[in-house]
Amino acid sequence: MHLTTIFRILGLFLLLGSLMLIPPMFVEQWYLDGSLKVFVISFLFMSFCGLITWFPFRQHKQELCTRDGFVIVVLFWVVLCFMGAVPFWLAPSPNMSFADAIFEAVSGFTTTGSSVIPHVDDLPHSILYYRQQLQFVGGISIIILGVAILPMLGIGGMQLFRTEMTGPIKDDKLTPRITQTAKAIWVIYVGITILCALSYWAGGMSLFDAIGYSYATVATGGMATHDLSMGYFDSPMLQIISIIFMFLSAISFNLHFIALRSKKIGFYAADPEFRAFIKLLLIYILIVWGMLVLTGEHSKNENLFIESLFTLVSICTTTGFVSTNFSAWPYFLPLMMLFTAIIGGCSGSTTGGLKVIRVLLLQKQSVREVNRLIHPYAQYAITLGDIKVSNKVLDAVWGFLALYFVSFTVLLLLLLISNVDLLTAYSALLTCISNTGPGLGSISNHFGDLSDFNKWVLSFAMLLGRLEFFTILVVFVPAFWRN
Amino acid sequence: MKIIILGAGQVGTALAEHLSKENNDVTVVDIVPERLRALQEHFDLRTVCGPASYPSTLMSAGAEDADMLIAVTNSDECNMVACQAAYTLFKTPTKIARVRSSHYMVYEELFGNEAFAVDVLISPDHLVMQHIKRLIENPDALQVVNFAKGKVQLVAVRAFYGGLLVGHTLDEMKEVLPGVETKVVAIFRRNKSLVPMPKTIIEPDDEIFFLATPADILAVMGKYRHLDKPYKNVILAGGGNIGFRLAQALENQYHVKIIENSRARTEFLSEELENTTILLGDAADKTLLLDENIQSTDVFCSVTQFDEANIMSAILAKRLGAHRVMALINRPAYVDLVDGSEIDIAISPQQASLGALLTHVRRGDVVSVHSLRRGAAEAIEAVAHGDQTSSQVIGKKIPDIPLPKGTTIGAIVRGSKVILAHENCTIEPEDHVILFVLDKQKIREVERLFQVGATYI
Repeated sequence: MHLTTIFRILGLFLLLGSLMLIPPMFVEQWYLDGSLKVFVISFLFMSFCGLITWFPFRQHKQELCTRDGFVIVVLFWVVLCFMGAVPFWLAPSPNMSFADAIFEAVSGFTTTGSSVIPHVDDLPHSILYYRQQLQFVGGISIIILGVAILPMLGIGGMQLFRTEMTGPIKDDKLTPRITQTAKAIWVIYVGITILCALSYWAGGMSLFDAIGYSYATVATGGMATHDLSMGYFDSPMLQIISIIFMFLSAISFNLHFIALRSKKIGFYAADPEFRAFIKLLLIYILIVWGMLVLTGEHSKNENLFIESLFTLVSICTTTGFVSTNFSAWPYFLPLMMLFTAIIGGCSGSTTGGLKVIRVLLLQKQSVREVNRLIHPYAQYAITLGDIKVSNKVLDAVWGFLALYFVSFTVLLLLLLISNVDLLTAYSALLTCISNTGPGLGSISNHFGDLSDFNKWVLSFAMLLGRLEFFTILVVFVPAFWRN
Repeated sequence: MKIIILGAGQVGTALAEHLSKENNDVTVVDIVPERLRALQEHFDLRTVCGPASYPSTLMSAGAEDADMLIAVTNSDECNMVACQAAYTLFKTPTKIARVRSSHYMVYEELFGNEAFAVDVLISPDHLVMQHIKRLIENPDALQVVNFAKGKVQLVAVRAFYGGLLVGHTLDEMKEVLPGVETKVVAIFRRNKSLVPMPKTIIEPDDEIFFLATPADILAVMGKYRHLDKPYKNVILAGGGNIGFRLAQALENQYHVKIIENSRARTEFLSEELENTTILLGDAADKTLLLDENIQSTDVFCSVTQFDEANIMSAILAKRLGAHRVMALINRPAYVDLVDGSEIDIAISPQQASLGALLTHVRRGDVVSVHSLRRGAAEAIEAVAHGDQTSSQVIGKKIPDIPLPKGTTIGAIVRGSKVILAHENCTIEPEDHVILFVLDKQKIREVERLFQVGATYI
């Protein structure tokens, strides 16, 4: 382990990250809501921390090894979440406890979108903007941005990139050089966000809301600048725009890149993960709409189809916008929708959850096991497209699933210690670990009433989900630290 | 530059490392996924798994907009077909293929755009053979490379007690050897490089790189160390491709013996070679070496295909009294390992191939590139084109040229005349300029110097 190099890079990333505190200052200058001091202090604090971590080690330029990559990514995320919480903690409105501020920051960075603030409409604009921007920063994280614009990382960039990107297959690079790959992904990300903001603006939102909601949409975060989330606008048009952009952000950015580069839409249709995602969506819609018709809900509201589709896409892409109180729908539906978030979107996107590709591989393996029972001597290969998936990847998927279940069980028991009811604890954990946002039971509006201990547990769960378990847990293994 | 390398073997890997570190967009293709994984772990490049000559593989490696294809798989046929496919289907501008077998190499008309579309052929065995031959011809040199078709040579030599100049400054050379032109371009002292100044004092054990015409090399070298007598007796361990060609090239000037352990191969060798003694046996067999008078052998050179066997037999030969031993070592880690041990010179085939390949990667009009000290430094021969307005170097005196730090101009070859660089030299159009670059990060800047401005057509 090269501690000096780790510090050097960590410091650089912190310096880069501190830049995110500058745009809220401009917002404050526009609206003059009196929070300028908060952001200036936070900015100075964060850049100072970055400077003292980077400066003493600026000459240490060793190559990063795989382990260093894990340490940097985990350390950076933890430090970033603490730094990101500082403005919430300092600001006079909302008057937050430390645990609340951390929860809010982690929820933003991990693009979960759960909130402990009961009424966001009253917040100062700069704080609101900052809260939305957290999701933008966390969606395709600063680490990927760092890899794109800090050329001196060299091969270390690859280590960081792999630790950071989601999905089980991480070895296929889009371009020969990692900086170009990272750049391409960021350009696509920013491009979709700009398009989304413009569409929202054209669809009737104010510019402030359009930018804020576009951050939350493309990062699949789901925080809103209004208590009623998307329901505030009561516009089917905006909901349709939102559905489109949530869907785009749930597709692998690699796929967007390949399709854009070759200017052929056919690449989407040929991608096995994308096809599986579409199939899943169709099945969900059939179930949800069928259920609503069966229970007679559909006759009460003429916009219900769009609303149910919006809620479904919002939750299964782990965004978490709501347009209506969906927890009042027939009891089966809210829970079923939360279950769709366990799967989430495609790998290499901004969504949380298990990712479609893992579920697809698990499904193919299950079919193979069944087939093996029928033909004991047959040989079956697991393929994606036309390419055989190596056993190493399949093993990793199983390991991932096992870790998911174990972490889930342990964290659920931890939550239940402080006497919350099962539905609340279960939905809170599910929504946090899959980075979705909305909960059921006593947290269906906000998470503010939970105990501090539970907020810490859930913050940890969000980080686990965002960094896909292995990255965080590997740091807790003693063998990792032995030389 | 976008470069596709086919084959992640030893040369492919070394090349990929080299080129990706110089900020080229490198994609490596191989059929064995494990080799690719290791490459991708350690270097900033992309890998594609598949049969290298299939158009579909080339396509997914980005052949459509690649600037260069380097085919170095272990199959000659695969390399040739891949170049042909790249030419016909993707119009790749530069295609380089490694072809080992001399059976293809002798028919030059096989290669060209009408036949197999290979722009540059690389034969590593031939390169290694040339390399060893030059070392045997210059008994005390560590490395000898040719520039301007052999008009100037760059020689690396280790200074020793007993050399006239050791302990003296560089500019005393003129007094010691009046009339002989030579120029020291670099000195390595304890593995660190020094930029030579006229007042630099030479210490024992310095590694000195100097330029001179072939006729003067021996005289100059004699001032840095006590000279060996010209070699007479050579033992080659291993009668494979390299051993055979080396024996062919050397057998008329030296007493050459080859030790080879395959009976079939010795029979072939004894038919083909006239003046060489072919010995059937193991090169690491002590009694065999003693019987063959190893203690009065001038050069023992092990060139089998196994690194370990080469190292061991070379050490054994040295212990038994061979004057100078050389070993062919493929694995880069072993080359570092034997550096400074009993083995006098470790010969790395990759380095030989690498220089030849790098010549074609360099921009500007670069005629030849030699990788020195296992890639730590590079010697470049570049041609100055254009005129005073379009070129950054023409019409300028050497001190006025904006050379990057750590770069020295060693010599200029104008037509058949060799001018060793001094302060009043002016560079004229079509001069071949020989540069020595210590810091490889600066190679781009050197290339840019020799590129002609946009106004020149």
